[in-house]
Amino acid sequence: MWPIDMKTRFSKTSLWHLPLIGMGLTCLLPLLFMIVTALAPPEQAMKTSTAISEMIIPRHYRWENFVEVWTIVPFLRYYINSVFVALVITSGKVFTSAMAAYAFSRLQWKGRDVLFLLYLATMMIPGSVTMIPNFIIMKLLPELLSSGLPFIDWMGLRFLGNGPNAPGVGRFLGLDSYFALIAPGMFSAYGTFLLRQFFMSLPKDLDEAATIDGCNHWGIFTRVILPLSLPGITTLSIVTFIGAWGSFLWPLVVTHQEYMRTLPVGLQSFQGQYGTEWHLMMAASLLMLLPVMVIFLFGQRFFVSGITSGAVKG
Amino acid sequence: MLSMRTLRKVLLVAAFLAPNVIGFLLFTAGPVLAGVVLSFTSWDLLTPPRWVGTTNFVNLLGFYTDIDGSLQARDPDFWKYLYNTVFLLLALPVNIGTSLFLAVVLVKKIRFSNFYRLIFFMPSILAGVSIFYLWRWIFNPNYGLFNALLAAVGVEGPGWLTDPLWVKPALMLMQCWIGVGGTGMILYIAALKSIPAELYEAAQMDGAGPWHEFWAVTWPSVMPITFFLLVMGTIGGLQSGVESVMIMTGGGPNGASTTLGYYIYTKAFVDFEMGYAASISIILFFIILILTLINWKYGGKNVAD
Repeated sequence: MWPIDMKTRFSKTSLWHLPLIGMGLTCLLPLLFMIVTALAPPEQAMKTSTAISEMIIPRHYRWENFVEVWTIVPFLRYYINSVFVALVITSGKVFTSAMAAYAFSRLQWKGRDVLFLLYLATMMIPGSVTMIPNFIIMKLLPELLSSGLPFIDWMGLRFLGNGPNAPGVGRFLGLDSYFALIAPGMFSAYGTFLLRQFFMSLPKDLDEAATIDGCNHWGIFTRVILPLSLPGITTLSIVTFIGAWGSFLWPLVVTHQEYMRTLPVGLQSFQGQYGTEWHLMMAASLLMLLPVMVIFLFGQRFFVSGITSGAVKG
Repeated sequence: MLSMRTLRKVLLVAAFLAPNVIGFLLFTAGPVLAGVVLSFTSWDLLTPPRWVGTTNFVNLLGFYTDIDGSLQARDPDFWKYLYNTVFLLLALPVNIGTSLFLAVVLVKKIRFSNFYRLIFFMPSILAGVSIFYLWRWIFNPNYGLFNALLAAVGVEGPGWLTDPLWVKPALMLMQCWIGVGGTGMILYIAALKSIPAELYEAAQMDGAGPWHEFWAVTWPSVMPITFFLLVMGTIGGLQSGVESVMIMTGGGPNGASTTLGYYIYTKAFVDFEMGYAASISIILFFIILILTLINWKYGGKNVAD
């Protein structure tokens, strides 16, 4: 009896593969086009009436494109900036979020849940509202500090890479500083919310057992709660890193010096005066997407848990 | 009088909250207050700010009577860009509907379903500046993939990003490509898996076909997710289009793709009208606040505490 059953089931479900394959192709074709362009010789990328097969299956393998990207613009500097900024933002955000999440989940105090809801509500404040004042603060900060505390070189002109011996590491504070690129991204209600969800799911007895063993709250936090919430920490780290890695608008606004740019801002360099060099633009874009791709393939479940535990319960 | 115990407790809580709270006050709460104050000023960052009262808001939202007696908006651009922003939201139902369809198919016991999910999920993870450049290239009328595909079926495609008629559909198409396998699909899959099998068995016993089964069991069960996606998508959509529009169209042709978010950006960082830009952002804030309150009132139960 069962072979017939299997047969009908097979024919029934196999039809569903049609829309799925169609959708899969829709998702993949643009990415294939990106790869083909990135591997094309300059004159080939800008060629009219190419057959579709030539647009999605590489014919040319001009690997030099991937080399030129690093040589014709300060791509390495963009890459280093992006890695540095994204890593510091990620560790900073995980740290501040975990601390706050601990207070909002494992400590008992009056008004805790009301305050948490209020904090959560701030998530809906549009980024455009805070961006303008934040920019103005960053712009004015060095001048304000210079007039208040003149014994420190807040303007940091000698760090801006204009002079002969300027190291080009940016100011301490203000526009064109790593501080501006990093600091506003280190705090998040979302991160606190996400980790609180994980902390809440741990049994209460753990704290008591640790207290009996002579742990104070810092000990419970670092030696009990954090290690047990590793999936949550990983989820937040991955989501934050990807977000910081792709961040464009804020770095664009607060950096003017070439060497302070991050990758997403730096991609602009391939839009020349005489039109965009698409083969290089796509090669550079692929290099930028590479880490994201790797993290995604190995950590898909963390992206899923970032969405499901961050949005809706059950 | 505070007891030693209470004091210790307060200090303990404060210590754990301090890093986040300090950052929040400096980079969110402070700037929001500053933004409100800023919206009542006129400031180009070169000369000192001038207090202008409600002038910015009157100029944004107000109307005047023209010589011929017709009513004219003081800032017609604002209304045009608001229209653009709302128009682009029309991609949302398509997006949500497709997400639900994919989720319904993927939770069937189908081969390679994890592989399919991985492929569909990918665009939403990759989304960002490089994907916007890619789509600008795809929509290139002469060398792009999209018009080549259309040509293959005998259609001569327009200049997608340079044609005022097609630029919004083009942006919406890209939004769908990015979005259909993202948050919506993932949430729907999780929700569909948690629907008790008995509900479907009961429907089948009543002789319901797959179509009727969907509307009787599946659709009501995922309603909270649909509501959540709709509200969140609207809130996100109202703020969106800054990066994509900046990279793909520069807001053009002739403002046909400028969204409110991009208008704020250009007012602040191209025209350096900080006060005016801040007042647009405050209006956007109010629209989003209202949507959030609606969400709390009608969808609050379903969204995590």
